[in-house]
This record gives sequence, structure tokens and C-alpha cells, in this order.
Amino acid sequence: MRDGAGRLKIILGYAAGVGKTYRMMEEGHQLLEAGRDVVIGYFEPHGRLDTIARSEGLELIPRRTMEYRGKWFEEMDTEAILVRQPEIALVDEFPHTNVPGSERAKRWEDVLVVLDAGIDVITTMNIQHLESLNDQMREITGIQVRETIPDWVTKRAEEVVLADLTPGALLNRLDRGVVYAPEKAERARQNFFKESTLVALREMALRQAAHEIDIRHAEGASGAQQEAASPAVRERILIHITEGASTAGLIRRGRRVAEYLKAECFAVCVLPESGMESLPAKTRSAIEEHLDFARKLHIETRVLQGEPAPETLMDFARTNGITQIYLAKPPRSRVPFVLRRHLVMQVVRLATDIQVTVVADRRR
Amino acid sequence: MSEAERRRPTPEQLLSQAEAEERCERHGKLKVFLGYASGVGKSFRMLDEGRRRKARGEDVVVAAVQAQAPEDVGELLRHFEVIPPLHTGDAACIDVAAVCRRHPAVCLIDGLAYSNPPGSRNTERWQDVEELLAAGISVITTVNLQYIREKQPQVEAIRGRAVRESVPESFIRRADEIEIMDAPPEYCVTRLESSDRIPELENQLSALRELALVLAAEVVDRQLEEYLRRRGIHQTFGTHERVLVCVTPRSNAALMISRGRRQADRFRGELFVAYVEQERLTQQDRDTLARNLEAAREAQATVEILHGEDPVAAILHFAGEHGITQIFVGHSLQRGWFQSLAPNPVDRLILEADGIDIRIFPHGGGKEAR
Repeated sequence: MRDGAGRLKIILGYAAGVGKTYRMMEEGHQLLEAGRDVVIGYFEPHGRLDTIARSEGLELIPRRTMEYRGKWFEEMDTEAILVRQPEIALVDEFPHTNVPGSERAKRWEDVLVVLDAGIDVITTMNIQHLESLNDQMREITGIQVRETIPDWVTKRAEEVVLADLTPGALLNRLDRGVVYAPEKAERARQNFFKESTLVALREMALRQAAHEIDIRHAEGASGAQQEAASPAVRERILIHITEGASTAGLIRRGRRVAEYLKAECFAVCVLPESGMESLPAKTRSAIEEHLDFARKLHIETRVLQGEPAPETLMDFARTNGITQIYLAKPPRSRVPFVLRRHLVMQVVRLATDIQVTVVADRRR
Repeated sequence: MSEAERRRPTPEQLLSQAEAEERCERHGKLKVFLGYASGVGKSFRMLDEGRRRKARGEDVVVAAVQAQAPEDVGELLRHFEVIPPLHTGDAACIDVAAVCRRHPAVCLIDGLAYSNPPGSRNTERWQDVEELLAAGISVITTVNLQYIREKQPQVEAIRGRAVRESVPESFIRRADEIEIMDAPPEYCVTRLESSDRIPELENQLSALRELALVLAAEVVDRQLEEYLRRRGIHQTFGTHERVLVCVTPRSNAALMISRGRRQADRFRGELFVAYVEQERLTQQDRDTLARNLEAAREAQATVEILHGEDPVAAILHFAGEHGITQIFVGHSLQRGWFQSLAPNPVDRLILEADGIDIRIFPHGGGKEAR
């Protein structure tokens, strides 16, 4: 972390209503009592009376209102926070997307600006907004979460703290109307707030919170730190980028495994010798989109040109000391003869000296 | 058949389910507030929950409190009927007989790990709790990770000293509900110590905090499985990484098992090693295989010998039953692929495994990071 930058703390939860914002307010009060200069930078009350009561006594920076297509929206007033220059700002809903026309598209980008101004931030988010878990979240909830936060952003946090509550207690709160108004609560019960979904999300949040400690503290219990210190055992993972629709899931999976193994990670795409221009426009834009996505996740990307593609990929892997190649599963329903010529199968056959992982398509 | 459908309960699973259901009918419910140190707010949360349940009309009593309670805890205590403990000299223990006579719906017991004074009905407090549960009284209790018996070697390695009292982990794992008190170590440290030992203590506490979170995740994972099984839902969510290493006499088993162990450790997951029985093994193959399976047991893997004419189907069946998320196979499985038009076993695994990553290992001698 840069000198003088503010410190970030994330309060992590697994669903609305587990008590993230309440906990943030509690910490605000503790800090205030300890004589620190704390303000609420943004608070989303959702009509929750206990949380609203807990926010009282803390200075609130008024929101700014913005017009978009004839409607008024309220957003965090980042400029006002910078002008006020508190020691600590409490900012609710870290993954929020700002209304179009805002200086920055995402609230997490606003938070980075506040941190860069030397202000500490305590913020809240739910596990399903973490980019690397996006595919698993869809498996668990059946919902494609669009508001995601790249994992490197959460790594800026000095601490990630879990706000835990049992699903039973959460459903109790939902039924008593603490979380949502009755009509919305009923809809939530049908969808997101099914008990099995909540239990699975909670498990993911517990595991993620443990992992966040592991990567931050030298004496982490999994032994990853000690091993990562020695370059001889450092894994180097290559993620193979294509135009295929499962590539985004492949990138996320490769990135996640790389993080757990403390491995270096590259995203590599192999083009024909004639280059990008020779490809159909649709293929080209899909590849570019995937490369962009990898860069957004802070993965180093390379574009190679050469034929045949499997050999080009293997050559690159060998000369760059790659220890594992990550490929997407080839589509089903191919006759064996055609399948055998599929790039994935060819790489599997060629990789007599490097491990290859064929990643399942978790989009189902 | 999809991976999810293949996940049917085994007879052992059905039996343990029946036992669990029986336990449920007879027993009170156990809820545990787990923390990784003192001062993270376990007692407060327990009493706060008791107060809320009481407000909703449940019959709640307190049977054990910590001697030196902070002010906010003392304040909460005033809401409750307290069943006085039995005293033996300075030591005290829960009056189990009195609690059973009073027979509340819910009993709050702070500090699950206490040992009872000599001559008490039970030697440990968790055994008292077991009696109350068996009597149909629900218990809400608190425990500090450092007092869980199976965690003692790790706790000792981290903190440099052991604790005397302990609770078996299996007792915690049986809890109907578990809730974790998570807070950064700074909270506990400032309450406990001062000055130069703080960074060291913070690191120690972080490691304990991680252990507590993982234990809670494992309890929750078991609850999820039971929940799905009870409702006949055959689905895996992949919340928990489970690695299956498939060894043959010819595979580079030592490397595959060590990589599997590492992968499972890093993801706080589980490791399985399977071998599909083959006929016509040479004595040399048999010896190699025995060595490989021994190495698997040493790596604390769950080892399984699979049977079946079709090795790929046997592996996938096992994977489906056990919620495997990653399969490790050796390149050697591929031997002879060119002799036939049918897909070779590695190709088939890649194509037929649904929702499982397949990692293929070279024969050995590869320049792989060790």
C-alpha cells in the first residue's frame, strides 16, 4: 500500500439483513468514543429501524442528487467527503453501480479516491459480488450477479471481517419484516432467501473470510506464505484465451486457483499467422473482450501468432516456465475423429512435460 | 446423467441420516457461538439471543456465566432467571439435576470448555450439556477455538502453550447451529496486552481466527449436505473443494498425491485417492500400487479402491457421490489411444465429467515445480 493512503476495512456478509451496516455503525461509534474523527460517507438505511437508530450520533455527509433521464438519483458525494477530510469514512454498499453521468462508474472507484486522499474507509459488501466467485454464485443462486468487484480491489483492504448470522435467524428476521417490506420479503423467500441457498452462501463467505486472513498474515495456517517465499516452488499458470463463451469462467477459475496457490498467472491467446485482422469480426471482438476482462482482473496478457496453434501454445509455455495450462472444456457432441483434432485434446496430448487442467463449464 | 443426479446417498449416509433424525426428535437443539479468543463478544451475543428469544415468549434460563463478565454482559444478565451452580470449594459446576427439574425450553451456558471440579456428576461441562440436550432442553453456549481438543496441537504451535481444558471437536460439529464472532485481532490484543508483543500476538491470533472460520465453514458444509439430502435434492454447489487423485501403477503418483494434498490444503478442502482395480497386474505393478496407496494414506487422503469394467464410469460415479470438484489423472491413462478410434480414457473423462475440473499430469521427469 502506498504511503499516506487511507486504510480500507471490509465488512463481509452473505445476504441482505445479516447485520453488515449495523456492524459498520457500531464500529463508527466505537471509533468516535475513542476520539476519532468519523463520518458517514454513505448510508443505505433500507428502512431498517435498528440500523437507523445506530447511525444516530454520527455525522452524515449529505448525498448528492443527480438527474438521469428525468429522474432524480442520490449518490455518495465523494467531493464533499474529500473537502470534509475526516479520519475515517463509513461507506455502505461497496459494489454499488453509480447512476450514468457520475464521475466514476462504481462506488468502489469512489472509495479508492477517498483512500488515496488519506482517509480510512470502512465499507460493506456481500460475498456474491466478488468477481472470482461469479460462476459459483450462479450455481448456488441461479442468478447472474452483474455488480461485481475485481478481487484485487478487495485486496486493498487491510482487514476483511465477517458479519455472521445463522440462516435460521436471518429467515426469522425476514419473516418479522426487519429486512424487507412484507411484499418484497415474500418474493425474496421464493428466490434468493431459500434456506439451502443461504447456507451455501454462508459457507462461501466463511471460507472467503478465512482465505482473506491467510493471504494477509505471515503465519497463515495453510502454509502458503512460507512456500510462496521460495521461487523454486512457485507455480506459473497459463490461461488459454479463445473466443469461446466459457472463456470468462475459465479466466475466473484460473485466477482463483492462482491466488490460492500464490502462483503467477498469464492469459495467452494464439492467433493465426495472418493475425487478428484475418479473423471474423465477431471472433475478434470476443477475443478482445476476454483479453480485456483478464486485464481488468490484473492478469498479464500475451497475444501470440503462429501455427499450428497447439504447438505455438506449448512452445510459449515451455520457454516461459509455465507449470500448468488452463483450458476450457471442449464442446460436447463431437464425433471422436473431430474431437481428437480439437485444440484442447491436442494440447493434452502434447503436454508430456507440463500439467494441463481442463476446466469444467460451470455455466449450466 | 448429470453430475448432480449421480450424487445419490450411500447406505452409510442414509444410516447416519436416520440416526441424526432420531437424535433430533429426542434431543434439544445445540447452538454454539464460536470465537477464536476471549474478548470477541461471544457471551454478549449468547445473552442477547437469549433475551430476544425470551421476548418472543420462549422459556429461557441461564445455568452458567463467566466469573469476570464485562459490564454490558452483566447488564444483560439481569433479564434472566439464573439456576445457581453447585459449589465445590472455589470451583463451580452446572446443577444439572436442578436444570432438568426446572426443565426450561432453552438453557444458556457460557464457557462450554470448563472442567468440573473433582467429584462432580460429569468431569467436563460439555458432558453436562449433552445430558441437558438428551433431556430435551435446548442449549445455547459459547466456546473459544483454543479449547477444542483437536485444535490443541495447532493452538500450541501458534501460542506456544497449551490449555488444560478441552471440548472434543465432534461435539462442536454436531451442533445444530454455529455462529462465529469474527473481529480483527486488534480488538482482543488491546484488551489483553500492550506494547511490543502486539505484532506477534496479532499474527498468532490471525492464525487462530482463520482456524475458527474454517471450522465454522466445515460445520455449515455438513449442514448444507444434510439439508439437501433430507429433501432429496441431489445437487452440489461446489462450495467446498474436493480433490480426487486417480492413481495407477504407472502414474507419477507421488507428485500427484503431493499436489493433491497441497491443492486441498490451500482450498481448505478434502483429498481422496482412488485406484480402479485392474486384472493381470505384474508383481512389480502390485508393489508400486501398494506403495502409492500407502503414500496416499500418509497424506491423510481418503483412499478408495474402485471396481468396474469401465474405469472412467467408476471414477465418475465415485466423484458424483462424493461431490468431487477436481480430478487429477496421469497421462499414462492415455496409453494406447492411437490404437483405437474410440476416445481414450483421458478424453472421455474430460468430456463426460460434468462440473469437475480435470488435471492431467505428465509421466514424470517433467520440469514441474516441486
